[in-house]
Amino acid sequence: MTNENTALNTKINSGRLNSHEDLNALRQQIIDKHDPTKLEVLVCHGTGCIANGSMEVSETFKKICETSGIDVKIKPNIKTTGCQGFCSRGPLVLINPQGIFYQRVKPKDVEEIIQKTIINNEPVERLLYKDPKTGEPIKTENEIPFYNLQERIVLHNIGKIDPTDINDKIAAGGYQALAKALTTMTPKDVVTEITKSGLRGRGGAGFPTGRKWQGALKAVDKKGGPVYVVVNGDEGDPGAFMDCAIMEGDPHAVLEGLILGAYALGSNNGYLYIRAEYPLAVKHLEMAMAQARELGLLGENILNSGFSFDARINRGAGAFVCGESTALFTSIEGKAGTPRPKYVRSVEEGLWGRPTVLNNVETWANVPLIIDKGADWYSKLGVLNNTGTKVFCLVGKVNNVGLVEVPMGTPLSKIVEDIGGGVPNGKPFKAVQTGGPSGGCIPYKLKDLAVDFDSLTKAGAMMGSGAMIVMDDRDCVVDVALYFLRFLEEESCGKCIPCRLGLSRMKEILDTFSHGKGSEKDIDDLISLAKAIQDGALCALGTSAPNPCLTTIKFFKEEYLAHINEQRCPAGVCKDLITYSIDPDACTGCGSCARHCPQNCISGEKKKVHVIDTQNCIRCGICMDTCKFDAVQVN
Amino acid sequence: MNSQVEVIDEILECYPEKPEYLIFLLQDIQSAYGYISPESMQAVSDYAGVPITQVYSVATFYQSFRLEPKGEHELRVCLGTACYLKGGQRIVEELERKLNIKAGETTEDMIYTLDTVNCVGACALSPVMMVDDKYETNLTAGKVNKILKNIETE
Amino acid sequence: MIKFNINDIEVEVEPGCTVLEAARQYGIEIPTLCYHEAVAPSGACRLCMVELKDGDWSKLVASCIYPAAEGINVYTETERVQNVRNWIFQMLLAQCPASVEIKTLAKKYGVTSSRFSIENPDEECMVCGLCTRACEEIVGLSAISMVDRGVYKKVGAPFMQPTDVCVACGCCVTICPTGAMRSYIDSVRSVRSVTLTPLAL
Repeated sequence: MTNENTALNTKINSGRLNSHEDLNALRQQIIDKHDPTKLEVLVCHGTGCIANGSMEVSETFKKICETSGIDVKIKPNIKTTGCQGFCSRGPLVLINPQGIFYQRVKPKDVEEIIQKTIINNEPVERLLYKDPKTGEPIKTENEIPFYNLQERIVLHNIGKIDPTDINDKIAAGGYQALAKALTTMTPKDVVTEITKSGLRGRGGAGFPTGRKWQGALKAVDKKGGPVYVVVNGDEGDPGAFMDCAIMEGDPHAVLEGLILGAYALGSNNGYLYIRAEYPLAVKHLEMAMAQARELGLLGENILNSGFSFDARINRGAGAFVCGESTALFTSIEGKAGTPRPKYVRSVEEGLWGRPTVLNNVETWANVPLIIDKGADWYSKLGVLNNTGTKVFCLVGKVNNVGLVEVPMGTPLSKIVEDIGGGVPNGKPFKAVQTGGPSGGCIPYKLKDLAVDFDSLTKAGAMMGSGAMIVMDDRDCVVDVALYFLRFLEEESCGKCIPCRLGLSRMKEILDTFSHGKGSEKDIDDLISLAKAIQDGALCALGTSAPNPCLTTIKFFKEEYLAHINEQRCPAGVCKDLITYSIDPDACTGCGSCARHCPQNCISGEKKKVHVIDTQNCIRCGICMDTCKFDAVQVN
Repeated sequence: MNSQVEVIDEILECYPEKPEYLIFLLQDIQSAYGYISPESMQAVSDYAGVPITQVYSVATFYQSFRLEPKGEHELRVCLGTACYLKGGQRIVEELERKLNIKAGETTEDMIYTLDTVNCVGACALSPVMMVDDKYETNLTAGKVNKILKNIETE
Repeated sequence: MIKFNINDIEVEVEPGCTVLEAARQYGIEIPTLCYHEAVAPSGACRLCMVELKDGDWSKLVASCIYPAAEGINVYTETERVQNVRNWIFQMLLAQCPASVEIKTLAKKYGVTSSRFSIENPDEECMVCGLCTRACEEIVGLSAISMVDRGVYKKVGAPFMQPTDVCVACGCCVTICPTGAMRSYIDSVRSVRSVTLTPLAL
C-alpha cells in the first residue's frame, strides 16, 4: 500500500513527542492541514476487496487523478483503508465528506466516478447499493441497513483511516488513551477501569480481562518480575477474519491497547503472535510499531513518562493449536507448539515461565476505548455480565457477507436476517455455526437466542473468536460435523491420546453415517466417546473438539437418523446417498456438463436433453457447477 | 547469485544466536528457497544452539514448513468453512484429477504444487484459491481449467 | 504437609507432590502408561484421569501432573473417569494391537475388545513420547524426538534416518511402556564401524 499523504506528512513536524500536549499539538497540526471540504476517496484494501481487484481500482484512481488535469482545488485525497466490512459487495469505494458508498467498483468505473462525483458532485447511480426489498438505490453508507444496524466501536476507524499512516490515526484520536493513562492514571487505576468495564476476553472463553490482569499482578507480587504481555493474533478459525481485519485496518488500536496493558502490569516486553496466513497484518503492525517508536509512543521513556516498553512480532508457522495459550508460549520460545501439561494459570507461569497476560486482538483493541471513554460508558453497552460489543464474521449462505459489530446480547436473528439480509434463496436459515471448530450449531428454532458468552455456552455452542457461519437446507449437518472433525484431526498436535486417536475414531463413526451405514447404538457410542474426549483431552482444542458433533446430534438428530435408517441425506450432500440427474425441461443441450464431466458419463446430442449415466457417476458435482440453467438436480 | 551457504549465513546473521529464533530462521530460509533442506536445518541447529532433533521436530510440526522443493506454481485451495460449504472440496478434487497429484504433492515436472489452506480470509468470494500470490475467486470447475490453461500459455 | 482425600480416604503428602504420587504412596491404584518417575510427567496418555469434586462442581484432571492441594476431594473410579479410561483402552487396543503390555493393562481394567478397526496389526507404539523424554532428560543426547503432528505424529531420529548421535544405551527400550522400542531402536541407531585407536603414549 502506498502512502498518499506522504507529501503532507513531510510538512508535519513529527519529532519525538514528550508529553500529552505534544501529542495534542501534533493532532491539531494534522487536523488543521486537513480541509474538511476536500474530497476523499477511500478504497477498501481488506483481504476480500484485494482478492476482488481493489488494488487495480485504487491504482486507476491515482493514475487518472495524476494525468487528467483535474483542478488542484478539487483533486481528491486517495486513501487505501482496511476492511470496510461489506465484503460481498467489494471492491468498495467510499467518497467523503458526502459518505457516498460505491460497491463492486471495477477499474473501468473509475473514470465515471471522477467525472460525475468528484467533478460534478453527482452520484453514479449504477454503482450504488440497492435496497434488496424495494430495489431503490441508497446513496450513503449510513443509510444502508448492513451498516446502520451495527454498533461499530472497535471497527469505528477501520475502513476510514489509512492503517499505514500514524498521523491519520492520531487525527482520529489515536494514543489519546495512552497519554491520558500515562499522565493522569496510576497503573492500578488502569486495571481498576478495565475490571469495572466488565470486558471479557474476545478470544473464545470470555474470561474477565480485569481479573486476568489482577491475577498477573498478584503473581508478580509473589515472585517478582519480569511480566510479559502478549497479543494472540493466531486467528485460526476457518471462516473468521475479524482479528485479521483489525490488525490490518487499525494496527495502532491493538498496539495502543498492548502498551496500556503493559503500563498497567508493569511490563517492559511484549509479543504479538500473528498467524502465518496474514502477511498484510504483519506488515501493517511492523509499520505501526516503527512509526510509534519514531514518535516516542513505543520504546524507551514513552511520552517522557519514565515508562518504557517495546514489543516484537512472532509470525506463526501454520498450526491452529498455537491459538491455545500454552502452545502459543511454547511456539514463541521456538519450539513445536504443543500445549503444556500444567495446571498452573499462565498469569502465574506463562511465557518463559514468567507471569504473562495473553489477550486476543479484539480484546486489546477494546482497551484504549475503555480508558478513553471510561468504564461507565463501556459497561452500558451490551447486557449484564456481557458488556461491550462483539465483532463477528458473517459468512456462508447469507446475502451480506462481511464484518459485523453489534452489542453483546443482540438476538441471532437480527444479525443473520436484518444485518445479514438472510439466506440467498429467501428461505429461513437452517443453522448457524458459531465459534468455529470449537463451537456449535444453533438451529433456526433458537433464532431469538441472545448472542453473548453465557447464552451461547448454555445452548451448547460457544462464542469462540466470532466466526458465524450460516447454513441453509443444502448443508448436511453430518457432513459439517465431519468437516470440523477432519479439520481438527489435521490440526491436533497429537500429544494426548483422546485428541489424537479420539477425533479420528469419531470421524470413523461419522463417516459410516455419511455412507448410510451404522445404527442408533453408534450414535450413543459417538456421544459417549465425545464425552470422554471432552473430559480427557489435554488442552482446549481437544476438550472443545466434540462440540460441533454433539450440538448437531442434539438439534438435528432426525437428520442423523435419516442417514442411518433410510440411507438418505436430506440436504443432498453425502455422496454415497445421492444421485445426480438432468431435468429434461431445463436442459438446453448446451453440452457444457458433458465436456467437463471427468468420468465422461454424460451423453446427449447437441441442443437435445442430456442424460447422466448414474453407474459411472462419481458424484463430483462438477456438472451442477457448470450448468448455467440449473438443470442438474440432486436426488 | 550467491551460493546457498552464503545466503543462509546472511539470514542467520539477522538474528541473535538464541534458541527462541529457531522458527524465525526456518521461516526466512523457506522464503528464500521455497523449502528447508537438511543442510540448512543443520546450519540452523549449529547457529541457534538447539539439537538437530528439535529443528527437525519443529520443521515437521508446523504446516507452513516444506521439506521438499516446491513446484514453479503453488496452488493453494482454501478449505475454510465458507469455502467448504460452497464447494471448495470439489475444486480440490478437480485439481487432483487434472494434475494427477494429491493435495500436498508436486507434479513430476515440478510445475505445480497443490495444497489446501484453512482460511485466507476472503470468505465473501468463496470458493477461493491462491495461485502463487494471486487470489482466484468464486471458483468453478470450468474456471479452474481456464486458470490452468492460462498458466500453461504464459 | 498437605492433607486431602482420595476416594474419601485422607492422605497426607509433602508439598510439591502430585495426586498420582500421593495415590501410589497410599497403595491406591491409578493406571498409567506414559508416566515414569525418572522423567518429568507429560500428561499424554490420559489414563491417569481422576475426578475432583467439590459439592456440585466437578472436573477431570490428569493425576500425574495435578499438584496435591489442601482439602481437595479426588475420586479415581467415578463414571466419568471410567468412561475416559474405557475409550482410551479401546482406542489403544486398536492402535497398538501387537503390544502385550497394553493388552495386559486393559484387561486389568476390564477392557478386552475394541469397537474400532485395526489398521496395522504389528503396531506397538502409542506415540506417548516417553522414549524421547528419557533420551533428552536421562541420557542427555536427544537422539530422537517427536516428528510431525496429529495423527501423523511419530518417534524418530532427524530425517527419519538412523543417527550416530544414538549410543544404543537402551534407555528408551527399558522405559517404553508398550514394548515398541525393542524393535524400533534398530531404525534409530546407525551401526558404526568401531576402530580401536591405540592410547597415546
